Amino acid sequence: MKNNTTIAAISTAQGEGGIGVIRVSGNGAIEIADRVFRNINNKKLADMKGYTAAFGSVVFEGEKIDEAVALVFRAPHSYTGEDVVELSCHGGMFITKQVLRAVLVAGAVPAEAGEFTKRAFLNGKVDLTEAEAVIDIISAKSRSAARSAICVKEGALRKKITAVKDELLTLTAHLSAWADYPEEDIAEVSEDDILVTCEKAEVTLSRLLETYDMGQAVKQGIDTVIAGRPNVGKSTLMNLLSGTEKSIVTDIPGTTRDVVEDTVLVGDVILRLSDTAGLRDTDDAVEKIGVDRARKKLSQCGLLLAVFDNSRELDDDDLELIELSREVPTVAIINKTDLDSKLDIDKIKSAISNIIYVSAANGEGREDIVKAVEKIAGTGQLNPSEGILSNERQRSNVFNALNSVREAKAAVEIGMTFDAVTVSLEDAISELLEMTGEKTSDEVIDRVFHNFCVGK
Amino acid sequence: MTYSAGNYDVAVIGAGHAGIEAALAAARLGCHTAIFTINMDAVGNCPCNPSIGGTAKGHLVRELDALGGEMGKTADECFLQSRMLNRGKGPAVHSLRAQIDRRKYADTMKHKIELQENLELRQAEITDIKKVDGGYELTTQMLAVYFCKTVVVATGTYLGGRIYVGEVSYESGPDGTFPATRLGRSLKDLGLPLRRFKTGTPARVLRRSIDFSELEVQKGDDPPEPFSYETESLGENKVDCHISYTNDETKKIILENIHRSPLYAGRIEGVGPRYCPSFEDKIMRFKDKPRHQLFIEPCGESTEEMYLQGMSSSLPEEVQLKFYHTIKGLEHCVMMRPAYAIEYDCVDPTAMNPTLEFKEFPNLFGAGQFNGSSGYEEAAAQGFVAGVNAAHKVLGREPFVLTRANSYIGTLVDDLVTKGANEPYRMMTSRSEYRLVLRQDNADVRLTPTGYKLGLISEERWQKFLRKQDEKKREIKRLKETVISPTEEVNRILVSRETSEITTGVRLIELMKRPQLDYECLAPIDTGRPQLDRNVMEQVQIEIKYEGYITKQLRQVEQVRRLEDKLLPNNFDYREIKGLRLEAQEKLNKIQPLNIGQASRISGVSPADISVLLIWMAANKERQ
Repeated sequence: MKNNTTIAAISTAQGEGGIGVIRVSGNGAIEIADRVFRNINNKKLADMKGYTAAFGSVVFEGEKIDEAVALVFRAPHSYTGEDVVELSCHGGMFITKQVLRAVLVAGAVPAEAGEFTKRAFLNGKVDLTEAEAVIDIISAKSRSAARSAICVKEGALRKKITAVKDELLTLTAHLSAWADYPEEDIAEVSEDDILVTCEKAEVTLSRLLETYDMGQAVKQGIDTVIAGRPNVGKSTLMNLLSGTEKSIVTDIPGTTRDVVEDTVLVGDVILRLSDTAGLRDTDDAVEKIGVDRARKKLSQCGLLLAVFDNSRELDDDDLELIELSREVPTVAIINKTDLDSKLDIDKIKSAISNIIYVSAANGEGREDIVKAVEKIAGTGQLNPSEGILSNERQRSNVFNALNSVREAKAAVEIGMTFDAVTVSLEDAISELLEMTGEKTSDEVIDRVFHNFCVGK
Repeated sequence: MTYSAGNYDVAVIGAGHAGIEAALAAARLGCHTAIFTINMDAVGNCPCNPSIGGTAKGHLVRELDALGGEMGKTADECFLQSRMLNRGKGPAVHSLRAQIDRRKYADTMKHKIELQENLELRQAEITDIKKVDGGYELTTQMLAVYFCKTVVVATGTYLGGRIYVGEVSYESGPDGTFPATRLGRSLKDLGLPLRRFKTGTPARVLRRSIDFSELEVQKGDDPPEPFSYETESLGENKVDCHISYTNDETKKIILENIHRSPLYAGRIEGVGPRYCPSFEDKIMRFKDKPRHQLFIEPCGESTEEMYLQGMSSSLPEEVQLKFYHTIKGLEHCVMMRPAYAIEYDCVDPTAMNPTLEFKEFPNLFGAGQFNGSSGYEEAAAQGFVAGVNAAHKVLGREPFVLTRANSYIGTLVDDLVTKGANEPYRMMTSRSEYRLVLRQDNADVRLTPTGYKLGLISEERWQKFLRKQDEKKREIKRLKETVISPTEEVNRILVSRETSEITTGVRLIELMKRPQLDYECLAPIDTGRPQLDRNVMEQVQIEIKYEGYITKQLRQVEQVRRLEDKLLPNNFDYREIKGLRLEAQEKLNKIQPLNIGQASRISGVSPADISVLLIWMAANKERQ
């Protein structure tokens, strides 16, 4: 039972809308919101009165993910009767979910079905006559949640989760048998046994988290930046991908001053394309703004299409781009293959493994780009029957389990006794059990009796 | 012709480990109390292992002692050898276990009962229990009728007891005593949900028929640690135990004769525990295991009987002797008592409240093996809870309920009454979710204030407890304030313990946090250290090193406590609440949980059901 915790959820309708609202409610709502929200005037939400708003941005893992308005409600004057912060951000499910993610990582837990209303009721904010309606919502949603848990139970995801859970259970049962039956000749558990199992679990769980991001990428689109020195053919390439003339294409360097956005379908992957200004140093004030934005955008993107000119030698801009490409998933696109090659291709190869050759002006090479992008986005190898996390709750379970596994590992590494390590392992198991809709109770003990011959 | 033999506030049926604690607690709380035993020489008997404590069980004994129970003190008085198990595996799983002189233990307990004010010990088999106005009438086989305001049933393996040794089977209590043959029928007629459980014990063999020369010796701790916070010191260990192993030949004999086991032949219906399997069970279930360990333990100082821990069996006597003779050291052993399995009546504990009072039978309580548990310590713990509650009922005081958050005793009782027992229930450290908080070293911190409030802890002991808490507080303050400079001597110690050197002055408490360092190794550089109580050092050290984990578990405790504070109605029909799933309605109706916390632990009750309950409760409140 998660009571008196701070809960969060997206409270606007799902789908591509103008504005997305993330509602955070509970004792820690304001404190948690303060961890992700940077007020433009630096004032903390904690110092604000109820019924006030602030403008600023939401920051996640050190990066600004969106501009947002924060509305502060103080208990009991809110929908739920608790402290509430509502973060209104720019629409798009991707951004909205990112903001929710930030709030969850900052300490909130995903709200249960009907939980805001339930809290509203328990705090006397909703009329008695509505109580039964709330019960109906909860039981209806719990039935659908149960159905989705059954899907998890039978699906590929379940196999993955069960595999991790089984290994953790086996280890924990061994630790328990070893602790509870010291006089039986049960094999010692070594630090290596624990570390190996933890590392294996860590790999599977973090891979699952990645596929969640991938799954999201498939649904929401990957933020993709096309970058390269001026006049390398970025705008032409963008037009090649999107099929319409979006950017102003000229031969004069610096024509594209702003980040132009477009959403295109490349193979099975949605790319949210930004055509940037070149990275070149400039004295032109207006152009400088464009260049700065491009650099920033580039360092935050999910996929970089780095364009190089086949007909020219690498210059400082190119070298900078090669350096930047080390930080983000990149496809190097060597454009203008219709012209003679003067490029030092080995230099590019040293940093970027995905290299394709196109002649954007002639409309050649789109197929190769599709393949490369699919490969990087993972959908190329993404087996459709492979288990993928499908919602924030599952992600939260896996995230917490992963944290607990890491905690266990860290405890072993600093030399903590195994009773403490076991506590973290059990936390991980209970997160995974919750995910598959099972109840933690005597799983470990049952496993002890199954695996070990213990008794007087 | 029955005759009226007297009235009691509290009557306890059975003088085993559960009955003793129940009777002593009730009498000490001022209730006029009787305790009935089938055989005056079986009071406080240990029909199985001659030891008290062990993993998680040691926790129970310490907790019982912290509350004012008797088991720990008596075990200390009768100790032969004592060991702290699991040293090196972490403070949560440290558990004390003592070999005891079983005859001396029984005599000491009996004598304490005899000396206890308000308490009468009687040899009598209770044959009938009848509900009457204001309590129950108990009838003995001598036709005496006692009126009792409250009754605690603590019948152990006596109730409907039946012993099995191979093809031989007969009605019996443990250790050749008479069983209680008629009470079971009477309890069933009253309406209690009885069922059959099974347990067993190994053979006792003659010490001088054992060849110890090639056996591994197991010595006690030096110095041995007592159970009771009141025992100052135990003196020296008095005996050694020995270890031997079974082999292929042993296994062969078992496999050849498995058809003669009453369990495998289907003659026993009772459910046996997985953790205390007979030796033939171990062989059958773990066929690949080449050998099994056994411990040879003395039963006392004034006897030559030796207990063979790990060798419980219900095979025929001749087969037992044959397989014992395959074991190194036991080749020529003389068997004094054969191993046996015993089947007995017990109750479904979900019929009880956490006070161990039957929901449908007010003033009737149950404790120990009768409740589906196994083990002396589990029995004693429940006996104490049932005894205090029976007394409180008579005295008109509040129910006494321990929680999962404050004790293993609370965990034990909660597991029994909430989840039930499908096999004899044994305590294990894995059963507690708050292991790093519920340690055996801090049982006094957790429970002595409760024991004092109950009135079962003396003023003298209370003052001693308070002084100890003061000492602890002062010591932690000292560790926080003492700065250690980065001298050569300091760094030599750090390096020798494989932890990093210091370059600037650090507080002593920071060094203490390192898992590699402890009071002992820091002694040379901790020059300002005052004389400290051993237990104070232990607690301080653990609290500093495990602070992160302890804080985390305390936070969970706090969350759960809020749920425990939300009380549910008594005898409520949960079918009235629309929105609860059918399975949840049925389970809630059966268990009748006291509060939301307990409800959430029932299998079959989902978080959504709990939400529905919370809303229903709030709506109800508003309606009133």
